[in-house]
Amino acid sequence: MTATIVVVSAGIGTPSSSQLLGERLAHASQRFLATAGVPVEVRHIELRTLASDLANHLVSQVPSPALADVYAEVGRAVGVIVVSPVFNASYSGLFKQFFDLLDEGTMASRPVLLAATGGTARHSLVIDTAMLPLFHYLKALVAPLGVFAATGDWGDPSGHLGARIDAASRAFAELVVQRPGTEAVDEFDTDIDFADLLRGR
Amino acid sequence: MQFGIFTVGDITTDPTTGVTPTEHERIRAAVSIATKAEEIGLDVFAHGEHHNPPFHPSSPTTLLGYIAAKTERILLSTATTLITTNDPVKIAEDYSVLQHLADGRVDLMLGRGNTGPVYPWFGKDIRDGISLAVENYALLRRLWREPVVDWEGRFRTPLQGFTLAPQPLDGVPPFVWHGSIRSPEIAEQAAFYGDGFFHNNIFWPISHTRQMVNLYRRRFEHYGHGPADTAIVGLGGQFFMRRSSQDAVREFRPYFDVAPVYGHGPSMEDFMAQTPLTVGSPQQVIERTLSFRDQVGDYQRQLFLLDHAGLPLKTVLEQLDLLGEILPELRSGFAQARPAHVPDAPTHASLVAAAAAERTVSTALPTAVDDVTGRSPYAAVDTGDAR
Repeated sequence: MTATIVVVSAGIGTPSSSQLLGERLAHASQRFLATAGVPVEVRHIELRTLASDLANHLVSQVPSPALADVYAEVGRAVGVIVVSPVFNASYSGLFKQFFDLLDEGTMASRPVLLAATGGTARHSLVIDTAMLPLFHYLKALVAPLGVFAATGDWGDPSGHLGARIDAASRAFAELVVQRPGTEAVDEFDTDIDFADLLRGR
Repeated sequence: MQFGIFTVGDITTDPTTGVTPTEHERIRAAVSIATKAEEIGLDVFAHGEHHNPPFHPSSPTTLLGYIAAKTERILLSTATTLITTNDPVKIAEDYSVLQHLADGRVDLMLGRGNTGPVYPWFGKDIRDGISLAVENYALLRRLWREPVVDWEGRFRTPLQGFTLAPQPLDGVPPFVWHGSIRSPEIAEQAAFYGDGFFHNNIFWPISHTRQMVNLYRRRFEHYGHGPADTAIVGLGGQFFMRRSSQDAVREFRPYFDVAPVYGHGPSMEDFMAQTPLTVGSPQQVIERTLSFRDQVGDYQRQLFLLDHAGLPLKTVLEQLDLLGEILPELRSGFAQARPAHVPDAPTHASLVAAAAAERTVSTALPTAVDDVTGRSPYAAVDTGDAR
């Protein structure tokens, strides 16, 4: 099976700037990985299409088949690119809900590229103040560079956004080459030694 | 194959009338439902245990003891007995007494309880849930099997020279099931001891239930209790039945939509597609229930949740009447092509017979004696049965 990079975007519109940023990051990462001899497929997940599934999962504990499929995909990905719009100085509720309901341990040691979009560059620290603590908590392997794209960046002829996308994607791709995410452990297929449980471990 | 019902003991407003039953009405309803379950030919009635509103059953053996007196044949069980917050000594005592009063018509399903704030009321911490279940059950087993117990652990006062009174009926403890929705440790525990494993099979897709059951079966075999397909498996399930599926859907929807636990979430249609819930005609319930076997293999016990979400007693009793009507078809359906080596769920009679058989093949006499008198409580039985 070909290795997969999963893009999780919490953009609201169609298309949204979060979705566009995710696509550009995925494309650049795919290019760097191909150069490094690691061909990957990209799977894009638009959380807006799963919004009601996530709400239902939260209150009923039942993941819809579509959601279960997406979570399984994240659990197999060699790397994950996450993009959220900034809402009130943080990632959006939809974005948080996706990771709240993800099985514990799924993100552990999995390379992650953090990205966010917002109206102005004044929000750019949201990657460091909101996203970084979340993914550290999830024990993800966070790539050293994140990308924040403000509205003004998209029309900026200087090419700065493209350069930042390339730099962050290269760093992320290096991480994926060195320490690719592995198949999440199937806890129902893992033997527990009951003697350990009896000893209180 | 055993069929039965399990009930949580929730006190919920009927969303169609706005009427909330009193605790007294719900406790009396549990008795009516249990006696009705026996009347329609069910094998098992299992009742929950809770120590917080909106639930009433804080004293399950009082309730089951009363039901034992009102019934003659049905096996009384729990769904679940809290092995975490209850003192294992009290569980051993309470269920020994119940077992005597019910002439052996008793088994237990152990569970952990998932309401964090309840634990500290009993001096416990939900974060120790698995450890409590493991340690407490290890002690409970010894209390029921060893005449004199010396014990020390993490979670309760040590025991020195403890002898359970009364001893289990005929020297045979009640059979134990371990219930868990998603903790592999509990499936492992059931497998380790060769006890039964029960999956409530209500909220999750049956593919998840299958994973848990397969884990238990695999480890049951690993621990040498027999082939995986002889492990003792119980499943839950829920339905709402009317003669026509349209009537069933129309009547149950207002209850589903605001039901505790899953209400205000997915549509009833989605929930039916994604979980074992069936709202429909008797034939649909039969087909869905028989399909569980395709997922988990031939199993031993099927319990249904019928009494919840504010359904009035009258409706629940009507559900039981309909269940009684389809019961013969369910029994013959599950019996079809069931391999002869797949055992039934243990009962008191089968456990007594198994214990007797074991004693006759055993060459050594048990040596446990009372610390004070030097006599074994089983001396008379042992000499009588040993070759």
